[in-house]
Amino acid sequence: MRKQILNHTTMANTTQLEDFVTQVRRDILRQVHKVNSGHPGGSLGCAEFFTALYQEIMDYTTDFKMDGNNEDLFFLSNGHISPVFYSVLARSGFFPVDELNTFRLIDSRLQGHPTTHENLPGVRIASGSLGQGMSVAIGAAQTKKLNKDKHLVYSLHGDGELQEGQNWEAIMYAAGNQVDNLIATVDLNGQQIDGSTDRVLPLGNLKDKFEAFGWEVLEVKNGNNITEVIQGLQDAKEKTGQGKPVCILLHTVMGNGVDFMMHTHEWHGKAPNDEQLEIALAQNPETLGDY
Amino acid sequence: MKKYIDTGKKDTRSGFGAGLEELGKKNENVVALCADLTGSLKMDAFKNNHPERFFQVGIAEANMIGMAAGMTIGGKIPFTGTFANFSTGRVYDQIRQSVAYSGKNVKICASHAGLTLGEDGATHQILEDLGLMKMLPGMTVINTCDYNQTKAATLAIADHDGPVYLRFGRPKVANFTPEDQNFEIGKAVQLTEGNDVTIVATGHLVWEALQAAETLAEEGITAEVINIHTIKPLDADAILASVKKTGCVVTAEEHNYLGGLGESVARVLSTEHPSPQEFIATKDTFGESGTPEQLMEKYGLNAKSIVAASKKVIQRK
Repeated sequence: MRKQILNHTTMANTTQLEDFVTQVRRDILRQVHKVNSGHPGGSLGCAEFFTALYQEIMDYTTDFKMDGNNEDLFFLSNGHISPVFYSVLARSGFFPVDELNTFRLIDSRLQGHPTTHENLPGVRIASGSLGQGMSVAIGAAQTKKLNKDKHLVYSLHGDGELQEGQNWEAIMYAAGNQVDNLIATVDLNGQQIDGSTDRVLPLGNLKDKFEAFGWEVLEVKNGNNITEVIQGLQDAKEKTGQGKPVCILLHTVMGNGVDFMMHTHEWHGKAPNDEQLEIALAQNPETLGDY
Repeated sequence: MKKYIDTGKKDTRSGFGAGLEELGKKNENVVALCADLTGSLKMDAFKNNHPERFFQVGIAEANMIGMAAGMTIGGKIPFTGTFANFSTGRVYDQIRQSVAYSGKNVKICASHAGLTLGEDGATHQILEDLGLMKMLPGMTVINTCDYNQTKAATLAIADHDGPVYLRFGRPKVANFTPEDQNFEIGKAVQLTEGNDVTIVATGHLVWEALQAAETLAEEGITAEVINIHTIKPLDADAILASVKKTGCVVTAEEHNYLGGLGESVARVLSTEHPSPQEFIATKDTFGESGTPEQLMEKYGLNAKSIVAASKKVIQRK
């Protein structure tokens, strides 16, 4: 089926989208809590981005085919934020929402990091070992051009992930070869496992860096505001097809939506205990129904 | 004993280039990526005939492998080209996650493998690539012996759905397999019949094994030479059938004896039919500068060494 979106008629039924985001946050928290492992921080920070992408921006079918011809494609490079990816895929109709119960369990299609190996609909590449997704997205974008397929390729990357050198090979390639059907988004939450990116290895001015490499760069100042994220993605779409790859610097807050998880790297890869889960869920009341 | 004729020395990498050129005409889904070694990989004909399907990625092998994985999404069949060292060790994690684990239909084509790369020395002479690649689940690993077989293998892997590592070399070597051969992935080719020793060889060592068999025949020893062009999946049936007859085996490869063809053969024999085995391979060492002939002599990878190993293994029966 062509994508199931909440409301085809009005672009910004903001309340419905915000309800979707809140439910995604609950899904993230409940997935990682159940198995006492996984990465809630970055997942929570990207709930609005995934919601915007799958509920508003991308043209796709949930009748999943690996080749993805004549639809938009998305590649998650920072695969550790799988909880948000799985929640949004399930709630967009790729697989039953109940399957979120199997996250990280033995014999599950919902592996700790996303994989094609278990044939989970919606996933087109394994990711987790960082720095590889941009190259994959560029390759898929080049194939779209060869196939005269006008649809776009989207990708998401962590900010800390840009410390991996392969990204800069890919960034150089995409500009040098006018891969202008690609929108690569960087989740700028400023945190990584060992602390803030500024303390671990400063990224410098990413806007200047991408521009120096020849990219079109847009910034979304509040990546946790669904309206701003949608606007940013729409602006980015307008910039495609003009000879330059497009980058969105998406400013987000790690752990967004749960007060004690925000503005810290502590919840990068740690699950809440029973008590913490209760507090976190109370801050995000059920909207679309828990799985 | 069946004799094989060298129809004129040619490099295996030119066989790859010829195969790729033919694929360009035959299969519009075939695309090629190269990391600044188009001439060395003999990819110029494909590049010139199909510029829209040729992707020069620069000296950036990690990006090349990732791009190739992405290009399969939408139906393309990417062939990547660079030296064996930069095709494997340099990009192992990219191959592991984006290609092998993701099950992508990428053909990793690797030239200048082994000692016969010659004068550039050990930095470029990878002797560990077969081991690296055969350990990856789902990866098919091929090491061809001459120009004709490399061309045939290049054509064959385009029709195989799944990741493939195709290994070939730099120097001009004997060209002795049929021009019109049907290359069957995973199927050993028995070149000679014999009763005293089985010689299982791959790549450049296949011709050396045939020379060794001729020398042994002069001394009344008959050797069964098997060309194992596919290291994985290994044609265990062919190897077992021969070793059950001869009672011993010499394996020969331009690779470290740790992780190479010899160990794959030993695994099969130890579980199915334990038999004496001698290894013609480098012995846990790096290479060095020199001519290909000098290096193969110094590291014991030629017909002379295979003859000596054959006599030794027969004694151990």
